[in-house]
Amino acid sequence: MADILQINKVSKNYSRHNALNEVSIHVAEKSIFGLLGPNGAGKTSLIRIINQITGPDSGEVLYKGEKLGPQHIERIGYLPEERGLYKKMSVVDQVLYLAQLKGLTKADAKKRMLYWFEKFEMQDWWKKKIEELSKGMQQKVQFIVTIIHNPELIILDEPFSGFDPINTQLIKDEILELKKNGATVIFSTHNMSSVEELCDSIALINKSHKILDGTVKNIRNTYRSNTFKVSFKGSIIGFTNALWTGAEILIKQTEDDIHTLTIKLLNNYSSNQLLEAVLPNHQIISLNEIIPSMNDIFIMKVNQGNESEVLQDNETK
Amino acid sequence: MKKIRLIIGREIKSKLRNKTFLIMTVLAPLLITGFLAFIIQLSQSDNTNQQVMVIDDSKLFKDKLTGNDYISLSYSNLKLEDAVEQFTDKGYSCLLWISPNIIQGGSGATKLYFRKSPGFAFQTFIKDQMEKIIYENKLKSNNIDPNIISNSKQVVKLILEKVDDKGKPEEQSSFGTFGFLTGALMFMFILMYGMMVFRSVMEEKTNRIVEVIISSVKPFQLMLGKILGVAILGLIQFLIMGIITFILTTVLSTIFLKDISGQLKVFKQQQELVKLQGSNANFSQLEKFDDKLEVFDLLEKIEKINFFEVFICFILYFLGGYLFYSSIMAAIGSAVDSESDSQQFITPITLPLMIGYLISMKTILEPDSSLVFWASIIPFTSPIVMMSRITNGVPLWELFFSLTALFASFFVTTWLAAKIYRTGILMYGKKTSWKEIGKWLFYK
Repeated sequence: MADILQINKVSKNYSRHNALNEVSIHVAEKSIFGLLGPNGAGKTSLIRIINQITGPDSGEVLYKGEKLGPQHIERIGYLPEERGLYKKMSVVDQVLYLAQLKGLTKADAKKRMLYWFEKFEMQDWWKKKIEELSKGMQQKVQFIVTIIHNPELIILDEPFSGFDPINTQLIKDEILELKKNGATVIFSTHNMSSVEELCDSIALINKSHKILDGTVKNIRNTYRSNTFKVSFKGSIIGFTNALWTGAEILIKQTEDDIHTLTIKLLNNYSSNQLLEAVLPNHQIISLNEIIPSMNDIFIMKVNQGNESEVLQDNETK
Repeated sequence: MKKIRLIIGREIKSKLRNKTFLIMTVLAPLLITGFLAFIIQLSQSDNTNQQVMVIDDSKLFKDKLTGNDYISLSYSNLKLEDAVEQFTDKGYSCLLWISPNIIQGGSGATKLYFRKSPGFAFQTFIKDQMEKIIYENKLKSNNIDPNIISNSKQVVKLILEKVDDKGKPEEQSSFGTFGFLTGALMFMFILMYGMMVFRSVMEEKTNRIVEVIISSVKPFQLMLGKILGVAILGLIQFLIMGIITFILTTVLSTIFLKDISGQLKVFKQQQELVKLQGSNANFSQLEKFDDKLEVFDLLEKIEKINFFEVFICFILYFLGGYLFYSSIMAAIGSAVDSESDSQQFITPITLPLMIGYLISMKTILEPDSSLVFWASIIPFTSPIVMMSRITNGVPLWELFFSLTALFASFFVTTWLAAKIYRTGILMYGKKTSWKEIGKWLFYK
């Protein structure tokens, strides 16, 4: 699939602080892309560059192959991490104003606003001022403002913060539907389970460098370590003997008469061979491969980065 | 352009919905004209009827101290103690008692008893007459003819005439007080609207909507839209205030100033007559107006003011001065996170305005000093100082020079402010310093 966004070797410096260092990311059209990284990694700086709020010091950003420019602004929808609306302005005025700033005519803005208000069941409180609304309601208004102009590219910075589980689900469904309707969604989040649930591919940024990217499936496969969790009934000594040198036992757990072992298969020993060896004398209850979660990968990669930096620091000292 | 229009529209709408703003717009002219009317009313004699019982123990004033259309005096031989008890029952509004030793002076020599407070004008009326009677009495007792004294008195009236370099008279109305008033108004408005821009910028920054907006429009467009929006709002407010003030003053002046402007007309006719007749003239007609000369002077000065010129200049200087300062205010508003941090930035910005205000006070005393001249050219102070000079008659080239400088420097400040604004609105959590702001000027 073609890329909607190509970020090539983008760097950005603030007076004494390096926010992005030659970061390159490609975002495929009609996909959901996760921009991950710990706080202060440079995600917001990158998002602001895509939104043309700031410009890169070096490198380039291409939107559908063209150099990113003012003509693309109206095709992008942006939900910043720090939400904000005019407190004293009514919901209607606010949505119409911001939609018109994105290039909609007043009539169009009104039509689409009605559609979304109905969808989110907000008709009752659209005359209210923002300051009279609950936080969750404000978030809904903000979400509508982000997508009212039918953007091709939607950038959501921490879209789920401040929502209760029901509204979180609502927004998740909405993101999937937007994708189905042909939009591309980039979202940054710390919520790794939502990444696994929604994202097609991700990029991980740490300390202004991109340290990992690819599709979620590929990344998780790359970080598979041939580790399995097996539960069975029977003698634990007999089980370990049967494994012989084919596997290394990492964790042992026993509950009632059920033993659960976490084992790492060594060499080319396969899970089938393992089963063959233990089947005759043990009752197998379950066998699962442990695929690392995005959460594990995130923590591992970020810690690795930090450790290697500590090492480098020590060497230079 | 369409987006700037949207921003301007929102800015105006949001302020127009603000009740305090609307109340201010209507109330301010009411207060100003009301206050003026109150002062004028105060200086006019109050026309309530006064029946005064007089107990003259000095026997000096009988038939000399008299009333007028509203004040009637009647002398009584009652004892003071009885009179104090009885004067209200007998239908008098107050009781004047004059001690036998009034001629020796001292406090407590006369007393005015009353139930309802007699007006100030009434008190002056009585006091002035009594002083005059005592004065003539003392002259007589020293064998001096009062006529000699009054004939040796000569009123000197200083006539000011401004001339151009060829010695030809130049029209001018040197009415410093009025100039000071327009200068002070200019100071107030520039500060008020400048602060409005400042607040509006800071509001958008602190409630974080600014990031949503500048993902749709350029920061410069947002800043410009805001500044222009408040400017248009200011002009609308002027217009409303101006119309209300005009209506009110017209109504009030027909009510309160009808007598006095009629008298002024008679006075002027008499003056012309006296001029024609020369030394043979009968001055008694003019002397009747002696106590009104100050009011006449004021009215004549007001009549001489070219209100149209003042109005046009006021609008031009307001626009220039406001644009000049508001762009700086916008930059400062973008740099701070909270109102409490803002003081260290606001004070140095308002300082030149303050100085302008102080110089405009000097304009009353020395309208042609070089300090005043330069302060009315330099953009930081020119709107205020020039407005305080305007009623003295300012040559056209000076106006042109000063306005050009003002508007040119508006472009410079806006350009610089845009650079600061662009960076400032996205800076959170840091305490900003002047040094920091200086750096933002050089960001790419």
